[in-house]
Amino acid sequence: MSLLKVEDLHTEFKTDQGIVHAVRGVSFELQQGEVLGIVGESGSGKSQTMYTIMGLLSENALPVKGKVIFDGKDISAESYPNKKEYNKMMNEIRGNTISMIFQDPMTFLNPVLKIGTQLIEPIMNHKKVSKKEAYDIAIKLMKQVGIPSPEKRINQYPFEFSGGMRQRIIIAIALACSPKLIIADEPTTALDVTIQAQVLELINSLKEESDSSIIMITHDLGVVAKLCDRVAIMYGGKIVEIGTDREIFYEPKHPYTEGLLNCITNPEDDSDEELQPIPGTPPDLLKPPVGCPFYARCKHAMKICKEQMPEVTTFSKTHQCACWLIQAKEVSHE
Amino acid sequence: MSEEKTILQVKNLKTYFDVTKGVFAKKQIVKAVDDVTFDVKENETFGLVGESGCGKSTLGRTIVKLYEPTAGTIAFEGKDISRIKGKELKAYRKDMQMIFQDPYASLNPRMTVGEIIKEPMKIFNIYDTDEQREARVRELLDIVSLKPDHIRRYPAEFSGGQRQRIGIARALAVNPKFIVCDEPISALDASIQAQVINLLKRIQKEMGISYIFIAHDLGMVKHISDRIGVMYLGHLVECGPSDAVYHTPLHPYTQALLSAIPIPDPDVAKAKQRIVLEGEIPSPINTPPGCPFASRCPRATERCKKETPKSIQLGNRSVACFLYEK
Repeated sequence: MSLLKVEDLHTEFKTDQGIVHAVRGVSFELQQGEVLGIVGESGSGKSQTMYTIMGLLSENALPVKGKVIFDGKDISAESYPNKKEYNKMMNEIRGNTISMIFQDPMTFLNPVLKIGTQLIEPIMNHKKVSKKEAYDIAIKLMKQVGIPSPEKRINQYPFEFSGGMRQRIIIAIALACSPKLIIADEPTTALDVTIQAQVLELINSLKEESDSSIIMITHDLGVVAKLCDRVAIMYGGKIVEIGTDREIFYEPKHPYTEGLLNCITNPEDDSDEELQPIPGTPPDLLKPPVGCPFYARCKHAMKICKEQMPEVTTFSKTHQCACWLIQAKEVSHE
Repeated sequence: MSEEKTILQVKNLKTYFDVTKGVFAKKQIVKAVDDVTFDVKENETFGLVGESGCGKSTLGRTIVKLYEPTAGTIAFEGKDISRIKGKELKAYRKDMQMIFQDPYASLNPRMTVGEIIKEPMKIFNIYDTDEQREARVRELLDIVSLKPDHIRRYPAEFSGGQRQRIGIARALAVNPKFIVCDEPISALDASIQAQVINLLKRIQKEMGISYIFIAHDLGMVKHISDRIGVMYLGHLVECGPSDAVYHTPLHPYTQALLSAIPIPDPDVAKAKQRIVLEGEIPSPINTPPGCPFASRCPRATERCKKETPKSIQLGNRSVACFLYEK
């Protein structure tokens, strides 16, 4: 049985300009112990999909449609018409069985509370242990994420920590209750390359030591290649392709995935070939296109692409892609 | 390479900032750029890489003379410009332009695109009439692949990538010989980054402009640059042709920095052994003597903590490390 199953998730926001259709029918599954990378450009809906799952949407969000099944339990907002009840249920889950690592550690940590307080609080809340026991767990966690002299550091404030150290604290808080699922939203984007390498190494070792599943939201395909078992490519509020790391990097099917791989530089490659950028800009989700979201930028676009959203074509047990071009090819093969 | 003309020569450049708080407090000096020497040839792209706080942006801004150098010389076309002021500085700025990192902060939101691009032309009196300027703006918009009717619009109506194109058009408005690009693609998405990089390369080819390209994305820097300089804590620790620096890095810091890049290829990335550096970059305030990298270097000796290594020339490369002393 899969740990997380998301089915046809829709999220919309009311803004002054109109309704933004941020997430437009996202479905995927996640197995226990698996690392799934969610890749997309800004505004592709990757972060909002995760916030929807976690029930952390901003005030202007319209009621969410779609199912979220976590660990056999229905946790979709749709199934809880009573908002209070939904929040109560999610509070039990958030920070406990599902935890999140955010992009900017400084805005996540409370600047006026000691690191210790922020680390001990979730442990006491969820594990129902005494303050002393929680303190011991906190010290152990800080050691685990590689913070030197934790007994001294636990009494310091966030501003006394560097960016990389703050991100380690965030990871320690996320790990506090040995969650089944960790959602990491661009955890290394704000960090320098050598510090990023330290944090990625840490996440990699956590993945090997524990059985937690990880969802990694990022726009850095290098990070994905390093850490993820499976990759979902998002565009215009939809998942356009999903597959294992090797399927996505070596046999991309969707023109957007292909384009994305063509416009990044691989420093291992010395050829002086020009980059092949994808022309144009992503669609405006205030007025999302009826058909394929990539239609306006796709060099293979056909008439049907504009009129109708392509159905999902399955290539292997793990590899799926939504594109008319591929459908046409598949049909002609048969 | 030797027959190519040198356009910019930076020698022992230092930019220090006094950050002392209070009148009686101990003096606190940030050595943002410390004894940096390098040159840029005509029509060349020189990449500057390093982590935040290493001084790469300060170096770029000192070269454009947004900051006053504390010591050292900057020679542009053979003339020392490090102390020029007034009219001379204005003339220098016409040849030396800059593209900024943040396409949101670097364009005035109350000016139309046309006004933004026209402003440098007015300052430098390049055209006599407004019609001529307007025609040139249309030409520039075409060069950076924006539409002519964008001329009356305001920056808020454009996406990040389009704004960066406006910034590029503004820099090109005065026909400069040299552009300092300070992280021009860091704020953009991958598919848009490639558009801007290709645009910069095309402009260079057509107009023969030299670039200093500052970035922390090493893959992109390697792709666009002919030569690379690696900075750490205000020092230029290594310099050389980009392929050579990437494949056989000499300085221990360059080795660690390059091995930390995540490679977008799962088989390579998952097999790759990294040199993971301990610790973080020390504070640039009142730095201790010795090699700037000594506190994190896996190969540091006692000598590294006492003496600052001088830059050693090895063919067309240079490195500041005692390991390469003969």
